[in-house]
Amino acid sequence: MSELLQPVIVGAGPAGIRAAGRLVRAGLRPIVLDEGQRAGGQIYRRPLIEDGRSYRSRYGSEAGKARKLHESFEALLPEIDYRPETLVWNVSPPERGNQLDVLSAGGHRQIGFSQLLLCTGATDRVLPFPGWTTSGVYTLGASQTALKAQGCTIGDRVVFMGSGPLLYLVAWQYMKAGARVEAVLDTAPFTSKRHLLPLAVRASRIVGLGLFYGLQLQLAGVRIHYGVRPEMVLGKGQVEGLRFRRRTLMGVASETISCDALAYGFALRPETQLADLAGCRFRFDERDRTWLPERDALGRTSRPDVYVAGDGSGIAGADAAEISGELAAMALLEDRGQASAADAPRLVTARDAILRQRDILESAFPFPDDWFETVPDETTLCRCEEITIAEGRHAIASGAVTEINRLKALSRVGMGRCQGRMCSAAAAELLSGTCGTAADKVGRLRAQAPVKPIPLGFSAGLETEGCS
Amino acid sequence: MSRRISIDVAIIGGGLVGSSAALAIRKAGLSVALIDKGYCGAQASGVNYGGVRRQGRPPEQLPLSQRAHRIWPQLKAMIGIDAEYMRCGHLKLARTEKDFAKLEAYAETVRDYGLGLELIAGSALERRFPWLSAKAVGASLCPEDGHANPRLVAPAFARAAERAGVAVLELTPVRDVVATGNGFGILAGDGVEIRCRQLVNSAGAWSDRFAAQFGEAVPLIRIYPSMVVTEPLPLRLPVSMGEQGGSFYGRQVARGNYVMGGGRGLPLADPDYSRPSVTAASSVMQRAIALFPHLAHAQVIRFWSGTEAEMPDGNPVIGPSETTSGLFHAFGFCGAGFQTAPAVGAVLSELVTEGRSTTPIEAFSIGRFRKVTAETAASL
Ligand SMILES: Cc1cc2nc3c(=O)[nH]c(=O)nc-3n(C[C@H](O)[C@H](O)[C@H](O)COP(=O)(O)OP(=O)(O)OC[C@H]3O[C@@H](n4cnc5c(N)ncnc54)[C@H](O)[C@@H]3O)c2cc1C
Ligand SMILES: Cc1cc2nc3c(=O)[nH]c(=O)nc-3n(C[C@H](O)[C@H](O)[C@H](O)COP(=O)(O)OP(=O)(O)OC[C@H]3O[C@@H](n4cnc5c(N)ncnc54)[C@H](O)[C@@H]3O)c2cc1C
Repeated sequence: MSELLQPVIVGAGPAGIRAAGRLVRAGLRPIVLDEGQRAGGQIYRRPLIEDGRSYRSRYGSEAGKARKLHESFEALLPEIDYRPETLVWNVSPPERGNQLDVLSAGGHRQIGFSQLLLCTGATDRVLPFPGWTTSGVYTLGASQTALKAQGCTIGDRVVFMGSGPLLYLVAWQYMKAGARVEAVLDTAPFTSKRHLLPLAVRASRIVGLGLFYGLQLQLAGVRIHYGVRPEMVLGKGQVEGLRFRRRTLMGVASETISCDALAYGFALRPETQLADLAGCRFRFDERDRTWLPERDALGRTSRPDVYVAGDGSGIAGADAAEISGELAAMALLEDRGQASAADAPRLVTARDAILRQRDILESAFPFPDDWFETVPDETTLCRCEEITIAEGRHAIASGAVTEINRLKALSRVGMGRCQGRMCSAAAAELLSGTCGTAADKVGRLRAQAPVKPIPLGFSAGLETEGCS
Repeated sequence: MSRRISIDVAIIGGGLVGSSAALAIRKAGLSVALIDKGYCGAQASGVNYGGVRRQGRPPEQLPLSQRAHRIWPQLKAMIGIDAEYMRCGHLKLARTEKDFAKLEAYAETVRDYGLGLELIAGSALERRFPWLSAKAVGASLCPEDGHANPRLVAPAFARAAERAGVAVLELTPVRDVVATGNGFGILAGDGVEIRCRQLVNSAGAWSDRFAAQFGEAVPLIRIYPSMVVTEPLPLRLPVSMGEQGGSFYGRQVARGNYVMGGGRGLPLADPDYSRPSVTAASSVMQRAIALFPHLAHAQVIRFWSGTEAEMPDGNPVIGPSETTSGLFHAFGFCGAGFQTAPAVGAVLSELVTEGRSTTPIEAFSIGRFRKVTAETAASL
């Protein structure tokens, strides 16, 4: 490890920004890389062009936190080496030293690091159902991004569906923005909401906000249904409505609802491919039904010079991301021989309290693990490669497949543009459901560089810095 | 899971070599176990470039290669799928006069083997292949060479073998193998014991270990060819391409993706896994743009690499062991075993059932390394 190398932080969301702050206070000048144009990450995403909207109208209840985070970042700018619009698409494995491959301004660069902190966040988790690839169907997160970053809505008459805290929040935000919310279709049964009761005592603000969103939606006449399963998107070429099933007192009923856009999602999935390429060990997390890099309480991974923080190390929300960014920075500093910070125990306690609340919150929005029992075979499973569930099932049966990389090899699921970032959650569920095994038994897709597509023409004129 | 199996022939390694051998030997009437440490066709046979190419091979490989050439169009009948096999032609470019002279010399050397090579020089090249943008002095076309989808072939051979009655043991690494006097004893997986009369060593880049166990050390090295694939693009490249004196090769698959290779990746700490090298991938990408400028804005979606066995003289090892009767080796295909493998399976079946091969394989004897290894040992 060369003395000249600086620590590198990937991701300028809540986790990355707080980590950078800690490192700067300890006298370092970290390199901060983010593929976005502006810092802030997902929740505190900033508009590309200032549109004159207030923090209050853009970030609602989180306006104060958003402002603080953005201001902290502005203050850090002279002290850090910040590079926006820089996609990190590869990390060298430990056998090959410590460098990143990045794409910026259309060119290829290699950047060496002394230590690497991955704060890559999360994206929506989606599951396939008939018509989910129709134009006008968005993820919950994307529909919110449209609102935050571009100040526009995905439609005039919108249905919100799925599970997870974002469901009610985004529906409410749309209502406030003037869109007509046709319905909120919660895939979790109403009974799952009883889990919120104990949470109300520990985290009255979260539950209070949730109730507030739900109540305001209902007062405005928005229909809210629980235990919903979608049947199909209506409309050819463009969303015209949704047909869905729900449990009523009379049994299961099928209903249709008309809309011009649908936003749906099932909580989030962490972005972990860089940690995988870096060679970090992974473990299966039952609650999030996904594989996460192993980490200690502060964020050290199994690779001594690589750290993780924020949602990319386990879905826990923005407040936890800020704290975990600080903690990971402390670990990084400790490992450079700087004394451990006095406030570490307090921060660990605060973060753990959020994690406990999060566990309860997640049980109020359970994952619909019976999904593939009812989704018809001709539904698209992998949209990049246009593979149907039937083809996935056929590959599983005819190839005696029990493992996800084998499923990829035999069916092409996860081989397309998104490299499985969007479809592998669904593919893993389909595989474990078909084989009748637990979700962790089917393994995880091995990451390959580039983690996101890069232009073929980028390779002319490689620049390196801090690399031997 | 402890289990005892008694069988005529055991095959270590379910790549395309092992799985095509399994099917052929089973069809010849023997009982067969096909053993793989992972899944059949998940190593070199499943992740290679997919070139089904005879052009460029040394003459001693051509009888074998021609035999394979006759097998490839029969896949549908043999294994139930055609594996996207296409005889679209293999075009080898020469950038300089010197390289073109080499192509001419090669065509002359292999004239009697029936490859049907066509030499195309100067402006004829442009007329024939107007989509070709790179400056080239000439090229050699092998019209009946082509490509196929490696993901599908070996697994389909293994499944066909299974349907024919082969015991296919996947996720079952062979841990130990010994000669028992009248056959072999194998320990594999969690307590699987296999007894067999004859044994095939087709463990790809891991074969040297089994050869050494029978006193036949070989100078096998592992190589990791680097591959790059783009997103699907409009169909434009009708042939599989290579270059004389360059390391670039590329083809466009039916779905539209350009699959391209060149240069070498490197192993990870666990040598079963490798990573393409960014340097190799970048030079493949640069060469691709020089050849096909329309790709400048295409997106690359993935790099990958795979583990292959290379021998110092560029030829594989195929044939009986010289120390142990009943043992047959087939490995070391030097980055070119995808095309020949189905014929290697047929040859192995002949060796196992009749003790001889109808295709000449003398150049591939394991004994050719005995002398070299002994000399090296003596000089130390
Ligand atoms: C679409 C979306 C909407 C959300 N909305 C809400 C909400 O309204 N309320 C709420 O409480 N929570 C919301 N969440 C969750 C919340 O955003 C996260 O909990 C929080 O942002 C986590 O912070 P983080 O720092 O871990 O990651 P993020 O805020 O996600 O930041 C990660 C950053 O890393 C960058 N990055 C990732 N990969 C690379 C790479 N390879 N190269 C370069 N840069 C990279 C990204 O550009 C991003 O800026 C949302 C999440 C998503 C995905
Ligand atoms: C990236 C790449 C590109 C290539 N491109 C081409 C091309 O375009 N054209 C061409 O003709 N050739 C090409 N090749 C070469 C070709 O793929 C190989 O020569 C051929 O597949 C070798 O087949 P095999 O069956 O010997 O080996 P493999 O397919 O590697 O099979 C060996 C098997 O043995 C198993 N094994 C190993 N150890 C054990 C053990 N202890 N117990 C049980 N099983 C074991 C492995 O798991 C493996 O499945 C390429 C190779 C690579 C890697």
